[in-house]
Amino acid sequence: MRAAGDLVARVQMARGMRIAEAKAYVAEKLSVSVSELTDPVIMTEVRQDLQIGQIMPLPGCAKGIEAKFRLSEVLELDINCVNRFKDRTAI
Amino acid sequence: MATILTRYGDGTMLTMSEKELMQDLEAGTQDAAERGNIPALSKEELAHLFDIFSLPYNFVSVEPGNEVVLTYDAGTLKIRRVGVNVDRIQALQIYEKIMGADTMELCHVDYSFKPIKPIVTMEQPILEQALLSTHVPLFYGAMPNLGTYTQPDGPFPNPSELMPMGDIEGARASYDATVEEAVKDIVYAARAMHASGADGINLDTVGAAGEADFKASLMAADILKKEFPEICIELGMAGEFILGMHGEMEWEGIRLAGMYPHEQVKLAEKAGVTIFGPVVNTNTSESSPWNLSRAITFMKACCDVATIPIHVNMGMGVGAVTVNDHPPVDVVSRASKAMVEICRLDGL
Repeated sequence: MRAAGDLVARVQMARGMRIAEAKAYVAEKLSVSVSELTDPVIMTEVRQDLQIGQIMPLPGCAKGIEAKFRLSEVLELDINCVNRFKDRTAI
Repeated sequence: MATILTRYGDGTMLTMSEKELMQDLEAGTQDAAERGNIPALSKEELAHLFDIFSLPYNFVSVEPGNEVVLTYDAGTLKIRRVGVNVDRIQALQIYEKIMGADTMELCHVDYSFKPIKPIVTMEQPILEQALLSTHVPLFYGAMPNLGTYTQPDGPFPNPSELMPMGDIEGARASYDATVEEAVKDIVYAARAMHASGADGINLDTVGAAGEADFKASLMAADILKKEFPEICIELGMAGEFILGMHGEMEWEGIRLAGMYPHEQVKLAEKAGVTIFGPVVNTNTSESSPWNLSRAITFMKACCDVATIPIHVNMGMGVGAVTVNDHPPVDVVSRASKAMVEICRLDGL
């Protein structure tokens, strides 16, 4: 969560990708290099810009399920609880 | 000649000469190679382990860019175990925002699927609320724990009592019956948690009660994956090989007793498991170099044949981490670095 570990984990979980492939997938979707994925300074900015959740939740930034809606779009992944939220709220 | 400061498997300090260090590294890999019928580590890999143990620093790590992700078993249980009196959703937030966890697992203190079944409707709203306020992927997890299905804790005759009486067939029949019931409970709870939005289901400490435990987990994973093709299932093992309590139990025509991680992972893949968590047990009377060399040998063989992500179990008593409630960072960091750099695994 300090950098991009949660995002890489999501790709492993959703697509069954191994670590190198999962990192490359996330890096491409975020338009960063693979080596930048573990830099907490760069990733905080990227996460803030994309509104995909950050470890220091500033006022006004996407939090919790809001951020996961964005994340589902950015990573092009189905997120179970996001789909459930849409279903429950008739979005 | 330099002196190496390291530890025994129980965590007590130990000093070794460079010669003794290399001897233990060679003995550790040889032990794993013989037991698992797998390749021993190469001279280059042993030299890399030698270098890691020779580093004078307390904490060591991988080069930037080689980091891996972490999954956790029983996180919301462990925070209570250490006396931090917070609610489970707060525990998830602490792990995520204060410890920077990549993933988390919601679980109940009675960490087995059998007791979860009757209270699953009390667990679902906790998960649903947690998913609204957290960011990281959230597993729901528990143990198959087939030991809870036999007397005095469950309905079936206890095989450990039947065996000494010579009732081998009765004991085997009891194991078979526990598998059937455990599969029902695992699938029931997992279905409910998937419906509530869980990002994944963690079957933890698989094989603790022998091959029946492993079989029930494979069967449950197979059913769940066929019913929900998108579901993520993590399967974390209890020990390095499948205990042959039954002896002849099979899944998909393959005998389960005695399987090591590089064989277990192929069955996990066949059952539709998404992430596999193999284990190598720590020997308390051997040195950390011996334990780590041995663990790396097993894990490398597993990672080499796997087509799914491998998250090696690296906790107290497994993965060359000392059998101690407060594992020392010098051992944990050396073991983690070696696992990532030599095994090319996907997570811890």
